[in-house]
Amino acid sequence: MFKIINIGMNHETAPVELRECLAAEPDNTVKALACMRDLECVGEGLFLSTCNRIEALFTTEAAGEAKKSIISLMSGLGNMPEEKFSSSLYTFEDKDAVRHIFRVASSLDSMVVGEPQILGQIKEAYAQATIKKTSGIILNRLMHRAFHVAKRVRTETEICEAAVSISYAAVELAKKIFHVLDGKKVLLIGAGEMAELAARHLMGHGVSKMAVANRTFERAVQVAELFNASPVSFDEIGAQLLEVDIVVTSTSAPEYVITHDQVKKSLRKRRNRPLFFIDIAVPRDVEPAVNDLENVYVYDIDDLKGVIELNMAQRQQEAIKAERIVQEEVVKFEKWLKTLEVVPTIISLREKVEDIIHVELKKSSSALGELTSSQNNAIRSLTRSIAEKVINDPIIYLKRKADRPSLNMYLDVTRRLFKLDEGNGDDNK
Amino acid sequence: MIYLWFNMALFFELLATGGFVVYIVKQEKWVFRCSYWILVAGFVCHTIFLSYRYYSLGTAPVLDLKSALGFFSWSIIFVYLIFQIKFRLMVLGSFVAPLAAFLMIISYAMPWVEGPVKPVFKSLWLTVHVGTVFIGNGLFAIAFLAAIMYLIQEHQIKRKRLGSVYARLPSLATLDSINYYSLIYGFPFLTLGMITGSIYAQYALGKYWQWDPKEVWSLVTWLFYGALLHERLVVGWRGRRAALMSIICFCILIFTFVGASFWLGGYHSFSSMGAR
Repeated sequence: MFKIINIGMNHETAPVELRECLAAEPDNTVKALACMRDLECVGEGLFLSTCNRIEALFTTEAAGEAKKSIISLMSGLGNMPEEKFSSSLYTFEDKDAVRHIFRVASSLDSMVVGEPQILGQIKEAYAQATIKKTSGIILNRLMHRAFHVAKRVRTETEICEAAVSISYAAVELAKKIFHVLDGKKVLLIGAGEMAELAARHLMGHGVSKMAVANRTFERAVQVAELFNASPVSFDEIGAQLLEVDIVVTSTSAPEYVITHDQVKKSLRKRRNRPLFFIDIAVPRDVEPAVNDLENVYVYDIDDLKGVIELNMAQRQQEAIKAERIVQEEVVKFEKWLKTLEVVPTIISLREKVEDIIHVELKKSSSALGELTSSQNNAIRSLTRSIAEKVINDPIIYLKRKADRPSLNMYLDVTRRLFKLDEGNGDDNK
Repeated sequence: MIYLWFNMALFFELLATGGFVVYIVKQEKWVFRCSYWILVAGFVCHTIFLSYRYYSLGTAPVLDLKSALGFFSWSIIFVYLIFQIKFRLMVLGSFVAPLAAFLMIISYAMPWVEGPVKPVFKSLWLTVHVGTVFIGNGLFAIAFLAAIMYLIQEHQIKRKRLGSVYARLPSLATLDSINYYSLIYGFPFLTLGMITGSIYAQYALGKYWQWDPKEVWSLVTWLFYGALLHERLVVGWRGRRAALMSIICFCILIFTFVGASFWLGGYHSFSSMGAR
């Protein structure tokens, strides 16, 4: 019996340095998919790599071996020994894997719950998998259900609105400070789904110039390419503060990346032009005292959340609703998976009936003599409809039992009743 | 008959003020448009009144505090209407109209002083002097109002109280640039007003400068505004500091306008203008 397995790491289980290593190369997904296709033990496969998570989703008949191969594949991709990251990995199987991928697609597992970027990234990963032909019946169905769940969560709950309105609120604030954003320059420090979303929103409202700083310069180059921005090194942030108007920070650094003194020094050289910090990082990247400086405004994620005034209780309720939707869909998917178990039996039942029809028609052909083609067709359809009517009820019955624990017993009885396991040749002797 | 125009101007300006207050609460665009055109109507009445007075007195009608306040009110609205063309800032009216109406009410409450105008005042120099000074004052009044709005809005943003006040006030950049433009246009007008005043003094009194209290206080005001302009242009002051400074400057200006005329005496005081 095959299993659906998900191995991965996200912003909660792995520090950013680790995630960055694995996500370093943009063609990682392609490479990973090629490796997965070559692995004997892996059936279907999908590889998702974003700045906040790496996920390998696959089906396998040999779970233990497949897991090992996938982990070594990851270690190859990141050029990293397995011991270094194996403690950051999580593994989900079957029902849990389905639930996990549904939650990821619905953005319930994101750093900023409800941010919409992840769905696009999953769709992209799935598109890659279909191009590389690593996804089959199971994953096709699973991914389409995941998109469906995401859509349901988005339309039936207000979870997504929070994230969208956070970057919307940031843009509104920027407009209240700068009036228009045309010609303004943005500095993006660190990368994350939410920061990129905010940056995208700012770009959409007229910001034309952007610089991207990251601890690893390669990553800065990658993100900069996304936005047509210029990459800068972490040490250049001080110099950048003289030029930019809006700073979006989202590093995972435990200490402040932007300090009071650093900003204070730059103010006079900036000729007191206003400076707006949008600090999305947790823990914060910008020292809170920076807000006390003249013409400098600091908003962290809590401030922005406060802006949109979505109270905690309401959010909690929406989260419960979203989890309920996910659970519902997991149950539905499991039911569908179970019907897959019935499929082989149904197929052999059909094959057997086809064979019988074939053989019996051959036997009677001499007695029937020369027939016109319409008579021939009539006899064929007559025999077929009789046979199908006979096996139809058993098939429906089996499908209905698909998600019952007693299914195996019914399958067993069916196979014995119709003598499906002894080969068709023996029956007709 | 002539006072009818004044009363109509006052009436329209009060009505417009009411309209602008309703606008800032309800945020309905048509309320703004009505209020704006009512204010324009008031301004037209006021202009007719002033022209008539100018014609009948033979000089600018600013020789008593009542007329001067009325003229001040007129110049604030004049500057506002010009700014409105450039900035199209609807909420500004809600601050300007009350100030203009307030000055008009004070003016209205004062008794009319009628009397012969001394021949020394019947000079084009006086009109130019008073005209430029008052346009400058009008601009500084707008700068003052923008500064107050700036401080309120900045406080909202810094304290992260993004409620209805925040939603109604314009962006910090807009307020700062209104303050800036009022200042860079206001300062030359004030300077010009002081120069023409001094030429007029030479022509009428035989001396360019005679340490009259109002002259001295005008110089103080001028120096303060000059300092603010310098800080803005050279040092790069802006935002909160510039706003605070322009509020201080405006307070000095008001003291020069009212205080120096009343309590400090000198030939600029209104009491010395009417009698004799």
